[in-house]
Amino acid sequence: MSAVLRLVDVHRVHGEGEAAVRALRGVSFTAHAGELVAVMGPSGSGKSTLLTISGGLDQPTEGRVEVEGVDVVGLSQQQRARMRRTSIGYVFQGFNLVPALTAVENVALPRELDGVRSGQARRDAMRALEEVGIPELADRFPDDMSGGQQQRVAIARAVVGERRLILADEPTGALDTETGEEILRLLRARCDAGAAGVLVTHEARHAAWADRVVFLRDGVVVDESGSAPVEDLLQASHP
Amino acid sequence: MSVKHALLSLLEQEPMYGYQLRQEFESRTGGTWPLNVGQVYTTLTRLERDGLVEAAGEDEDGHERWRLTESGHEEVATWFTTPVARTQPPRDELAIKLALAVTVPGVDVGTLIQRQRSASMTALQDYTRLKRQAGASGEASDLAWGLVLDSLVFAAEAEIRWLDHCEARLRRAATQEVPATAAAAAEQVTR
Ligand SMILES: Nc1ncnc2c1ncn2[C@@H]1O[C@H](COP(=O)(O)OP(=O)(O)OP(=O)(O)O)[C@@H](O)[C@H]1O
Ligand SMILES: [Mg+2]
Repeated sequence: MSAVLRLVDVHRVHGEGEAAVRALRGVSFTAHAGELVAVMGPSGSGKSTLLTISGGLDQPTEGRVEVEGVDVVGLSQQQRARMRRTSIGYVFQGFNLVPALTAVENVALPRELDGVRSGQARRDAMRALEEVGIPELADRFPDDMSGGQQQRVAIARAVVGERRLILADEPTGALDTETGEEILRLLRARCDAGAAGVLVTHEARHAAWADRVVFLRDGVVVDESGSAPVEDLLQASHP
Repeated sequence: MSVKHALLSLLEQEPMYGYQLRQEFESRTGGTWPLNVGQVYTTLTRLERDGLVEAAGEDEDGHERWRLTESGHEEVATWFTTPVARTQPPRDELAIKLALAVTVPGVDVGTLIQRQRSASMTALQDYTRLKRQAGASGEASDLAWGLVLDSLVFAAEAEIRWLDHCEARLRRAATQEVPATAAAAAEQVTR
């Protein structure tokens, strides 16, 4: 099993001096291929910061971030953007759909940006919408959808194509328990098929789908539950 | 748990013998609450004494079977139409432990909460794994077990939410003016 995502002693300080907020204080974290890891913690504990840094959307103040062995911090803007489009699927806490595009166009966008022909991108997008259970909403605009429906479009966008790393920030927030469970099944299936997944959630029942649950407090990993993969036991990463 | 009512309601379906009752009970609840066969026999004896069951003769293999009497049927009907009593809260070791931990000096409440949360999360992960495997066949006993699993999932989830809540309250208390022992306990949580 190989590490798709590796964070080594990552710090993130927002602002400076008196007003500085230390969102992450020395976090080390690994997600392997085939593994779904859940991150739990109170509001403000640094969960979203951990995820945006993992996805190359934000830079650590200190520490290393590797995606499939590549040091993300050292990449140029362009290289990083390319990696985000091709290897990383990201579900934002606030969906982040493009209001001027329909559901299927939103989902197809990362494929098209990556040079996939638009017919193929649209077919991929339709299949992803089917997987999240809303193919009939393909031609709707985000503003004409419920919160839960927008959320499913955002999830479809994150899983479309062959993503190696899926990062999801509260993907079940606006969903009822049944739909939430379907999304977890989908994420689980993607990880069982070989992707690495990181899921931020407040809900213990959803975190329980993960192989490991990491608990964050005030920017520090305080504990983990679940089975450690064999490789981890051998790596003796604990000081 | 009422072994008495569980056995009576199984006999509502058809006459059965002791060992069979135990097996039927366990297949419907996924072996979550193991029932020993001695317990089944003593309960059957008591039910016979109370006139709720009677001997129904032996089956081909010589097992002694039991069936419900008229008042046995009535007892089952009453059980299914009466809510489970909630008057006396069941004794909850964790709640009692935490109540004592925040008042007895020198207990590291923060660690206590985290250890428990981690243990409950591991249990919840196990139940979820079982749930993923179960319920594919659509048989009635699978459905029954699926519902029992859901109940365990909800209970573990509630416990974790309650632990999160306790931690948040203790952290808040630590930043306010509070009596000495509770403040000390809360301080440990924030460390
Ligand atoms: N751009 C920013 N500038 C200043 N502070 C920030 C910024 N982004 C995050 N923070 C702070 O960093 C800390 C961690 O924030 P983060 O968004 O990672 O928390 P979270 O665990 O995702 O919380 P929630 O559960 O509410 O989403 C918080 O104290 C937050 O106020
Ligand atoms: Mg967040």
